Amino acid sequence: MSLPFLLEIGTEEIPDWMIPTALASLQHQLESLGITARTDATPRRLVARADNLPERLPDTEELVTGPRTNAPAKAVEGFARKQGVAPADLAVEGDYYTFLRKTPGRRMIDVLAEALPGIILKITFPKTMYWTGKNGPRFIRPIRWIVALLGDSVIPFELAGVHSGKQTPGHRRLGAASAPISIATYERVLRANFVILSAAERRRRIEDGIAALGVRLKADAALLETLTYLTEFPTPIVGDFDPQFLELPEEVLITVMRHHQKYFSVADPNGHLAARFVAVMNTNADPQGLVRRGNERVLRARFDDARFFWQSDQRKKLADRVADLAHVTFQAKLGTYLEKTERVAALVKELGGDENAIRAALLAKCDLTTELVKEFTELQGVVGGLYARTQGDPEAVWQAIYDHYKPESMEDAIPRNHAGRLVSLADKLDTLRGCFRVGLIPTGSRDPFALRRAAQGIVKILIEAPLNFPLVTLAAGDQQLIAFLEDRVKFYFRDIRGFSYDEVNAAMAAGWNDLPELAARLTRLQEIRPTPDFEPLAASFKRIKNILRQAAFTGGPFTPGLLEDGPERDLFDEINRSAGQPIERVIGALRPKVDLYFDKVLVNVQDQAVRANRLAMLHDLLEQFRTFADFSEIVTNS
Amino acid sequence: MDTFQDIIRKLKAYWAERGCIIQEPYDIEVGAGTMCPETFLRVLGPKPYRVAYVQPSRRPADGRYGDNPNRLYKHWQLQIILKPSPADVIELYLGSLEAIGIDLTQHDIKFEEDNWESPTLGAWGIGWQVMLDGLEVTQFTYFQQCGGIDLDLVPAELTYGLERLTGFLQVKDSVYDITWAPGFSYGDVRFQDELQFSVYNFEMADVDTLWKLFALHEQEAARLLSAYPKSTEKPRFPLLPAYDQVLKCSNLFNTLDSRGAISVTERVGVIQRVRKLAVGVAQAWVDQQAGGGAQ
Repeated sequence: MSLPFLLEIGTEEIPDWMIPTALASLQHQLESLGITARTDATPRRLVARADNLPERLPDTEELVTGPRTNAPAKAVEGFARKQGVAPADLAVEGDYYTFLRKTPGRRMIDVLAEALPGIILKITFPKTMYWTGKNGPRFIRPIRWIVALLGDSVIPFELAGVHSGKQTPGHRRLGAASAPISIATYERVLRANFVILSAAERRRRIEDGIAALGVRLKADAALLETLTYLTEFPTPIVGDFDPQFLELPEEVLITVMRHHQKYFSVADPNGHLAARFVAVMNTNADPQGLVRRGNERVLRARFDDARFFWQSDQRKKLADRVADLAHVTFQAKLGTYLEKTERVAALVKELGGDENAIRAALLAKCDLTTELVKEFTELQGVVGGLYARTQGDPEAVWQAIYDHYKPESMEDAIPRNHAGRLVSLADKLDTLRGCFRVGLIPTGSRDPFALRRAAQGIVKILIEAPLNFPLVTLAAGDQQLIAFLEDRVKFYFRDIRGFSYDEVNAAMAAGWNDLPELAARLTRLQEIRPTPDFEPLAASFKRIKNILRQAAFTGGPFTPGLLEDGPERDLFDEINRSAGQPIERVIGALRPKVDLYFDKVLVNVQDQAVRANRLAMLHDLLEQFRTFADFSEIVTNS
Repeated sequence: MDTFQDIIRKLKAYWAERGCIIQEPYDIEVGAGTMCPETFLRVLGPKPYRVAYVQPSRRPADGRYGDNPNRLYKHWQLQIILKPSPADVIELYLGSLEAIGIDLTQHDIKFEEDNWESPTLGAWGIGWQVMLDGLEVTQFTYFQQCGGIDLDLVPAELTYGLERLTGFLQVKDSVYDITWAPGFSYGDVRFQDELQFSVYNFEMADVDTLWKLFALHEQEAARLLSAYPKSTEKPRFPLLPAYDQVLKCSNLFNTLDSRGAISVTERVGVIQRVRKLAVGVAQAWVDQQAGGGAQ
């Protein structure tokens, strides 16, 4: 007989962003019991369900070998007694007495009762707490109830003082404090108590609700996900704000709504920001408009603050704030932001930046002294750009300031203009150079100054701009920094651009100082790789490299007169013909010549002069492609 | 309509009925109710405790000369400590909102992740900000560590922003328009306080004097702390007065900070100095409560 299974771990509100990972972890833990579970969750419950669990685990058999058949009777009796049978019940295999010991399979409910507490506590969370006392169990938030059912039976266990049962609470205010459930009625009972278990259904309820409100949102998938896991019964409502606030920049308004209030922004028919917002409640309705008016009041206060900061910041221009940066520490060992600004401006000049780029570099950090950025730190850069625009700086300058933290992630775009790219590069480089100089180098997962992100940003800008500043020069010759950047280059091409690791290794072995040039070679390498002649040729190149390594050959004179007619001279002629040609054109002709050469010609001959000459020719052949890629890095099937 | 003082009275009554001692505000300036000995020291050790008190909390940098409708140099917190936290603590909390007339079936309440950390107290906890129709009305924290010490019993700390709750109930856009008592607005009672302390904190506080005071209080706390291990009469040793000195340091630090007298680099160092004292008091206090044998 097979039975359905339900586990509901009831907790206090779990942070929304941790829930999907926790469910994956729960599912993984259950697999260790051979249970393939479906999971779902609300902020207050992590749920796993499975069908068709066996009532018992299968019986097991074990063949136990006893004494030899010629052993004394006492020994045989002893063995039989130990197995709980008479000597006559023993079997004989070869020269030994044996016994087939059968163990009945354990009941599934017992297995689960024993395993589930451990499984629950093994669910991974980024941060955990204890609540029953110093040595008590740790979980993301206190566990307050547990439903554990196998068929109609409660799987009995205790965890953190909570006993498993078949009662579950509904929504904190709209539902029952405790409702009896069975596996068949579970989701229905929750629903009747204003809890929608399925995240997909909650998401749909938010989307449908918004559609029914007749507003067009500024799309925000991440916020939708947050709200889906922040609610048990989500209902969107629309609110208004005073259109006068629209004179503030959209960026500021959206940040207040998005980050501080978790509201969706609304677009007007022209795609501009409308004086409305959508909030998602964790309840079923707002018939009297109390929730709407409450949220409107909160937003008005927030916008009032933002407007106050925006206006008071205007009293001092960005350019007049440069000196104030002397009071803002960049990093204890690396001085103030004023010093950083001076270094960055000099670096921008060094990189050939025009007066706009240099001015942008000079003003880029000034918004750190404004009230608006102190209040909304996530708007650093953006606010500086907006102030520069308001204060009459040309587009090249204000956009460069606005964009100079970009790209903030691998998905983020690079700065939109040349000045912005230079300032962003110089700012990140200065941070990297400085931190590496004073030994603040990331180790493992510890990267408090986000140096990996900075280095990744440099790589992305250089390639996508494109800008061919030599990386070694940018790294100011710091070998550790160069190695750090090399890792980021590899990461960029493999994980962001999807090149395979051997292609990246092959192309980088031929140089990576000029990143746009490397990107171009990699693209070509990727294109020729599936052609029929490429991999066999790559395999031959690997062979050549091995031969040269074994001979410890690093180059030497080549004498055409020592060539043998036939495959050797043919290959020589082909090498000459292909010199200076793009690789795409030559591999087709080169491959058969190389194959034939290795088929017919022995490199390591007795005659040392001929041997050295052959090694020299093979060396030249490799050299010819040295600036394109090291083909011996390509992993081939042959 | 309930006045500011009605709401305070009802909340205190609610928690008194649930076994809390009703304390009065601590008589030394603090930045938050958490810093009062009734929280900072009582959460340490194995003895259960339940207490509720209103604590005027000073944040010199948040002053706005009385002209910002939402920001105050000094605001009123209602601080609840339930040690250990009962299993129905969230229900109890929601019940307190209902006790002041908020019908939660008609409002939206959310618990959003917000962990709390106080570097100066060597304390941290896990919890939420409680959002009522989008307004943060309470900070809810399960303390994990205090004075650098893992807590034996995990207390729940509920910190209500009383002005916000009252503004919500009275539907007032400015804190100064809140009715404190019949015929008296919040502004009537507190405006001068906000204005004058803003002027002092931002413009007139003498930086040299404040640094000197800081050093004196620090010295006095350190002197007592270094004497404790050698004391032959530990049960009567004045650790509570030592802690008062730490609180003085903390408020002076905040005032110096609002005066713009502490650079970012110095900040870390000064926080460390206060933290060292706070942690020292906490450790000595745990020892003293346990009979005074360990130090």
